[in-house]
Amino acid sequence: MKKTIKLTVNGQIYECTVEPRVSLADCIRHHLGLTGTHVGCEHGVCGVCTILFDGASVRSCLLYAVQAEGHDIQTIEGVAHDPDTLDEIQQCFRDNHALQCGFCTPGMIMTVKEILSEGQKLSEHDIRDALSGNICRCTGYQPIVQAVMDLMARNERKAG
Amino acid sequence: MTYHIGSSAPRSEDPALLRGQCQFLDDLNLPNQLHVAFLRSDYAHAHITKLDVSRAKALRGVHAIITMDDIHHFTGHKRMPLSASPTKATAPITPYLLSGYEVAFVGEAIAMVVAESRHCAEDAIDLIDIHYEMLDVSLNADQSIRDDAPRVRREASSNVLNRLKVNYGDIDKAFSEAAHILSEHIYQHRGCGHPMETRGVIAEPTRDGKLNVWSSTQMPHDVHQSILEVLRLDDDALRVITPEVGGGFGPKYCVYPEELVIPIAACMLKKTLKWVEDRREHCLTAVQERDQFWTLDIAIDAEGHIRGIRGHLVHDQGAYALKAVNLPYNSATAIPGPYIVPALNIDVVIAFTNKVPASSVRGAGYPQAAFAMERLMDKIAHHLGVDRAEIRQRNLIPKEKMPYTKPLKARSGAPITYDSGDYIDAQRRVLKAANWDTFKQRQHDALKQGRYIGIGLANAVKGTGRGPYESGTVRVNPSGMISIYTGAASMGQGIKTTLAQICAERLNVSLDKIKVWSGDTLTAPLGLGGFASRQLVTAGNTVNMAAEQVAQKAKKLASVMLEASVEDLELRDGTVAVRGSDLSVSLAELARILRGAPGYSFPEGLDPSLQSDVKWQTEALAYSNTCHVAEVEVDIELCKVSLIKYTALQDMGVRVNPMIVEGQIVGGIVHGIGNALFEKMIYNDDGQPLTTTFADYLLPTAPEVPEISTLYMETPSPLNPLGVKGVGEVGTIPVTAAVISAIEDALSPLNISITETPILPERLFTLINDARMSSHHHIRT
Repeated sequence: MKKTIKLTVNGQIYECTVEPRVSLADCIRHHLGLTGTHVGCEHGVCGVCTILFDGASVRSCLLYAVQAEGHDIQTIEGVAHDPDTLDEIQQCFRDNHALQCGFCTPGMIMTVKEILSEGQKLSEHDIRDALSGNICRCTGYQPIVQAVMDLMARNERKAG
Repeated sequence: MTYHIGSSAPRSEDPALLRGQCQFLDDLNLPNQLHVAFLRSDYAHAHITKLDVSRAKALRGVHAIITMDDIHHFTGHKRMPLSASPTKATAPITPYLLSGYEVAFVGEAIAMVVAESRHCAEDAIDLIDIHYEMLDVSLNADQSIRDDAPRVRREASSNVLNRLKVNYGDIDKAFSEAAHILSEHIYQHRGCGHPMETRGVIAEPTRDGKLNVWSSTQMPHDVHQSILEVLRLDDDALRVITPEVGGGFGPKYCVYPEELVIPIAACMLKKTLKWVEDRREHCLTAVQERDQFWTLDIAIDAEGHIRGIRGHLVHDQGAYALKAVNLPYNSATAIPGPYIVPALNIDVVIAFTNKVPASSVRGAGYPQAAFAMERLMDKIAHHLGVDRAEIRQRNLIPKEKMPYTKPLKARSGAPITYDSGDYIDAQRRVLKAANWDTFKQRQHDALKQGRYIGIGLANAVKGTGRGPYESGTVRVNPSGMISIYTGAASMGQGIKTTLAQICAERLNVSLDKIKVWSGDTLTAPLGLGGFASRQLVTAGNTVNMAAEQVAQKAKKLASVMLEASVEDLELRDGTVAVRGSDLSVSLAELARILRGAPGYSFPEGLDPSLQSDVKWQTEALAYSNTCHVAEVEVDIELCKVSLIKYTALQDMGVRVNPMIVEGQIVGGIVHGIGNALFEKMIYNDDGQPLTTTFADYLLPTAPEVPEISTLYMETPSPLNPLGVKGVGEVGTIPVTAAVISAIEDALSPLNISITETPILPERLFTLINDARMSSHHHIRT
């Protein structure tokens, strides 16, 4: 009944054996031991479990692990190049106090990573819209929006 | 870099959280652990007529199925203890550890399955053969207290848990001499706390007969005490640890049946057990604040000065109480808020209903008091034709009267005394920032374009820093690193950074030299935990005092070593140094000396360790004050409320870390926005909860949140050495009052009065439609 799957997570190939009913979130957390991806509702609403699936943000609680066979996944553990440093998104979150309890933060960062990878210039309205699928109970979103705007400004300065 | 009190130090909590390296409860996996799932009641009120677990037990992978009888047999207990509270109730008000005969709300736990995986445990639940005999339900608190209402629990003689009176002054005189008496019926609903991390418990019996329990709680010491009580363990045989906690907001303030039955079952089976609540379970079983029904009369003189307030409050408690019931007492005593109210008489009735127990959510009854009071203030203003801000200013307690004692008692029995603050100036400042004075013109102009905009104002105070104490140990280690151990609980608010900053100020060291340990009954055996915006005041002043004592001891030893007088010494970057000289000795060196060496004595007057344990005590609450202005636009066709701008002033005494304070305030305001416009826990007529996903129970998301401007005043509290007041709940308190006031103002052309919260679109539709029908008023569309 169990099925063996092969998937790439943060550039590393994993092979694991799971029941077909195991969600991708549970597989990542409990089979691969990458517990940075959190689970907030398991109904596909809160966005806490957001990961990048072939570059696109998805809720990992709504996919079965077996659907990830052969796909490329990025999780929070792969965001910074070195586990002792912060990448620029993470640094901007810290500088802007864009996290409190930190439980929604990995999903939030994966969403931000996706929206910024498209390279468009986003208004505050666009950012709020893009974050609408990620619930945060602590921050009231304002500092998260500020962090993304700050990040875009930093990127612009770098490019200019 | 040294960050002092008053600077926005980056949080030490952040890097691990940002990298996904923190250990939340579900991130913890112990060897050979088994998984738990609960069979929960499908009905709001029923007798269990049959419970047969044999088929479920036979399922491969199932280790045990535990029911009330098993728990009772092993512990002698059937019900939850009320151990955390000194108030011993007489009636059976606490829930069963597991229910065996009668269930009184949907979600009440009946049996627990222990299995090799959560999937398997949930499969087994489906195989349990359970039959119910349905019983009548009582769901509306206001109706539940009537004699003819169905009993919420057949074992209880009445649906009234308790009646209490909150009163002072000559209320009859106040009303007989009043120029005007105004009355209002107010319905309030507050929903759930909904931390993004749900609850969860792991219990590990060790081979040497001890028990380790991990729980995602705000109250590890209450969990410790409660487990000891039901399992009759020695204190030292039990260790309770909170891992990283993903938000509290109230639901993690109570001790729940799961936090006891999982440790009990772990001891019975001698197995490590793990349970993580899912979101639906959280909606069904975590405490909510829910309903309050207020009836209030207010007596005023001709100028609108308040003479007295009387009325009653019916509070929806749900089917049981997990703690002594404090919410309605908080609400009733907080009614006068920042205003002079010479006489008060509120009768409180606490009603059982067939719903999950109620207890604190961020604000703990204060937002309801603010909402009720501020609705009355608006009513007075409309009645007298006076500006809403003006009528408030006439009634606010002026700063000359500070400290201002109300003839009311806090829970501790101490009088309620507002310690400091300038409420009138606070209101003046926020009105200016929100352009209150020019709004009438803007509103007039908008209406000409068919746009309904409105502005609302609300004041509030919040008693913070509830005592009697919090524990703290500050220790300089021989490595030079400083450890702080505290009973305070971290649940995301940044308390570790804040405490470290206070310690850094006293010892003049950089923040990266300080590590804070909290939420572990082994490292801090005494403590109270996280609630009532208390930890900055209580743990903050404890750490402040402990660090100061460590500094004094370090100087005393350094004076011997450096042959200098204590008065000539200062703490400088991890050393004790002679002022104006290079002569110094490091704190690390001093700690090594005070660690002791076999056979050598300590210098005269010094005892071992560079450490201090403090339990700073307080009885009085430090009162934070706040004034908010909300601006909204209402689309009267879509019945949609948009928040345009939100301006909020807070005075919470000295801000240790302004960045963390700002985070707490903005987050608290958005929680209040949820309470005003989105969050409602809805039940059908059978008591079935209908809002058990985030698609049905709406939390605010980024697009709904307006620009929030914050202003601060810093009137130090005279009650504690740091001059601080609590922060965590203050932002939430006046929000529903300000937002609903703004909606009412926007709808003033329709003459709509709003005396309830939340206002969801369907309710707004009814209000607008009724107004149109009754006035035959033609609205331009």
